[in-house]
Amino acid sequence: MKVEMRHIYKSFGPVRALQDVSLTVEAGTIHGLLGENGAGKTTLMKILSGYLRPDRGDIFLDGKPIRFASPAEGLRHGIGMLHQDPMDFPAMSVLDNFMMSHEGEFWLDRRRARRALQELAGQFGFDLDPDARVDRLTVGERQQLELLRLLWRGVQVLILDEPTTGISAPQKVRLFETLRRLAEEGKTIIFVTHKLEEVEELCHRVTVLRQGRLAGEATPPYSPQRLIEMMFGRPIPMPERQPVPPGEPVLEIRDLVVGDHRLRLSRVNLTVRSGEIIGLAGMEGSGQQLFMRACAGLVRPWEGSIRVRGEDLTGKPYHAFLEAGVLFVPANRLEEGLIPGLTLTEHFQLVYPNGRYLIDWEQARAEAQRRIRDFNIRGKPETMVEALSGGNQQRTLLALIRTPAHLLLLEHPTRGLDVESSMWVWRRLKERAQEGTALMVISSDLQELLQYCDRIIVFFSGRISEPMATEELTLDRLGHMIAGRGW
Amino acid sequence: MKEILLPRARPSRWIEFGFQGLSVLMALLFTTLVLLIAGAPPIEAYRQVLEGAFGSLKRATDILVAWVPLMLATSGLLLTFTAGLWNIGVEGQIMLGAIAATGVMRALQDTSLPPPLILILAMAAGMAGGAAWAGLVGLLKIYGGVHEIFGGLGLNFVATTLILWLIFGPWKRPGIGSMSGTEPFPERLWLPVFPGLRLSPWALLLALLSIALVYVLLRNTYFGLRLKAIGKNIRAAHLLGVPTARYLFLALLGCGAMAGLAGAVQVTAVYHRLIPPISSGYGYLGLLVAMLANYRVSWSIPVAFFFAALNIGSIQLPITLKLDSTLSGVMQGALVLFVLLMQGARARWQPKSAVETGDDA
Repeated sequence: MKVEMRHIYKSFGPVRALQDVSLTVEAGTIHGLLGENGAGKTTLMKILSGYLRPDRGDIFLDGKPIRFASPAEGLRHGIGMLHQDPMDFPAMSVLDNFMMSHEGEFWLDRRRARRALQELAGQFGFDLDPDARVDRLTVGERQQLELLRLLWRGVQVLILDEPTTGISAPQKVRLFETLRRLAEEGKTIIFVTHKLEEVEELCHRVTVLRQGRLAGEATPPYSPQRLIEMMFGRPIPMPERQPVPPGEPVLEIRDLVVGDHRLRLSRVNLTVRSGEIIGLAGMEGSGQQLFMRACAGLVRPWEGSIRVRGEDLTGKPYHAFLEAGVLFVPANRLEEGLIPGLTLTEHFQLVYPNGRYLIDWEQARAEAQRRIRDFNIRGKPETMVEALSGGNQQRTLLALIRTPAHLLLLEHPTRGLDVESSMWVWRRLKERAQEGTALMVISSDLQELLQYCDRIIVFFSGRISEPMATEELTLDRLGHMIAGRGW
Repeated sequence: MKEILLPRARPSRWIEFGFQGLSVLMALLFTTLVLLIAGAPPIEAYRQVLEGAFGSLKRATDILVAWVPLMLATSGLLLTFTAGLWNIGVEGQIMLGAIAATGVMRALQDTSLPPPLILILAMAAGMAGGAAWAGLVGLLKIYGGVHEIFGGLGLNFVATTLILWLIFGPWKRPGIGSMSGTEPFPERLWLPVFPGLRLSPWALLLALLSIALVYVLLRNTYFGLRLKAIGKNIRAAHLLGVPTARYLFLALLGCGAMAGLAGAVQVTAVYHRLIPPISSGYGYLGLLVAMLANYRVSWSIPVAFFFAALNIGSIQLPITLKLDSTLSGVMQGALVLFVLLMQGARARWQPKSAVETGDDA
């Protein structure tokens, strides 16, 4: 089935996720979709599969225009999507999951489904026990199950969103074999990834997105240099920077082991000194969030120790970290950072109470007014935070960082902000560093990391690089490392 | 800098008022329909309810007798609702308050302690009993991962059973235990009432104090602000440094204490003994009042009064119209349902003003 998407636009509130993106995929090919975080890959694919509706633009299947109201409708037209996080039902059996989206019948025919499952699994050499519970399976096995389920549903277009994150090397080899075979059978495969070598190994053609726009297309033989340029833009000459004199160690991490259901960071050692800014680079989900949350006391490490200004905080609750001057600013502003339904004044009073029991609202309002001015927030003391724009929400978050802070941990502090707002944020962060605070910053904007950080650590699928001095790094080198090359 | 300040999601007061009025009208229509199906004359029934509620001074003050425990429970619930908790266990907390108060009264009624002291002790015990029962809900939630709705519902059943066991067991009347409750306390230990009426000025004072307390707590204290923050976004509140577990627990304790006080008032001022239906459903009714009042202290006062009036007004329906007095329940339930329905309708028809947040990448 030939897939064509033409001039697709999609916005989420003020954020433009996709602008004028077109994509054509021929039947029987594996088409790569490459781009860094936030480039719009997943959004584009969610539109194709019926999860999201485009604001503008048309979709054609074999030349016929279509418009889906739901993923179920997409499935009925033969489009199936394998999501980055398995969308299955962990508490149910493999067989029940397999039957989940089967439509048209009232009674469950377990016998037939079991036969179909075993047959399909045999065809592709997957080893799946129909009676096992899904939460006992590895991520790779869950993915195999999901793949079989979609094939059983008769999908003609298969979308895979970052399918190799969290699966083992043999599972990856098997997955690639399977995809090649499906393409030979005439199925259309769209392979979303940020890893260059996967594109080189697998894809017949690749489309690159950057910041919601089409950056270009390429066919083999690929030039990695060219692809990286398309993904990250042309390198901009760096301004001169003066090195900071190293201060006292603020954060000392020894032999840290921490993990979640898909990643494991092993034996991390790091010392961050006062006044230093450390950048954490890597594709989303490569381990940097996990690492930062461990440093904030939000994720308990499995092994190793975390010391802040000499005090051992390993395994202590978040509050102990907070009291030690470790402050964490999350990326998702309205889910974790701010409290929708509370005004700016109320936010400031939560963090900087001006009394012990009773609130003096008169004084609170005046204080809020002052902070709003200091932090350049476009809003009034009684404005609810959800009514602020993204940039103003971000500035509010910065205004809520307590002083004194010894270690500031920031996730994507400039995500979704325009250039001017980003520069303002970095100016404030630099000021904090000059006052002696140590900073660790996650960002997917490599340019900005190179520009503002003293040292950069790269994460790739749970691997973690040595901290590298920014002077010795180039955008090109960093881009390669993030895409898993040149380690 | 091209950033847009989005309009605040606050509809005009008049639209809000209009929707509220519409829901009252629909609830009235619905109840009329129920009455017609039951074969009763609707106008006459409404007249009887009004007459029953405001027909005489005694009846009108009876509304306040019902309003006191309802308001106490509602005040407490405003704390838990603000913290985002569904304290459905408030019913059991009233019962435990009644049990604890009865326990103290029974233990001290034969001593020579002055009656006011005994009554104060009974009230304090009632508050402690309700708070303890609510504390259990909190412990189950915070340490056991049991949702407060399930914990509260379970403990409500335990409380009911506990009352029955006490009435038919250790506290049974001399001779034989019966559903009529425990032996009444001596009259000197009854909470004083206005002459000729059932209303106690002291009970009224307690209800007014609880309203004032909750009003100030929620409006002017850091305690209230932190509860609000937890209720709106517990994750962000935690990250901003609010000790969430402690405040959830405190909200439940506060609510339990007020519900327990309601139970103690019922025992000392109204029934003068422990009876099986001592809570009279005021806890559940309090949940409805709080919802209908949109979780605002000021609105909950008239709403609770209205509900109490319905309760009192429908008492004589069985005698005059051979209608069951649960008609008030039908009206109260219908009212809450239609108000919630209208809120849902409004959210649907009004253009979205909040920013739609999509997931990135």
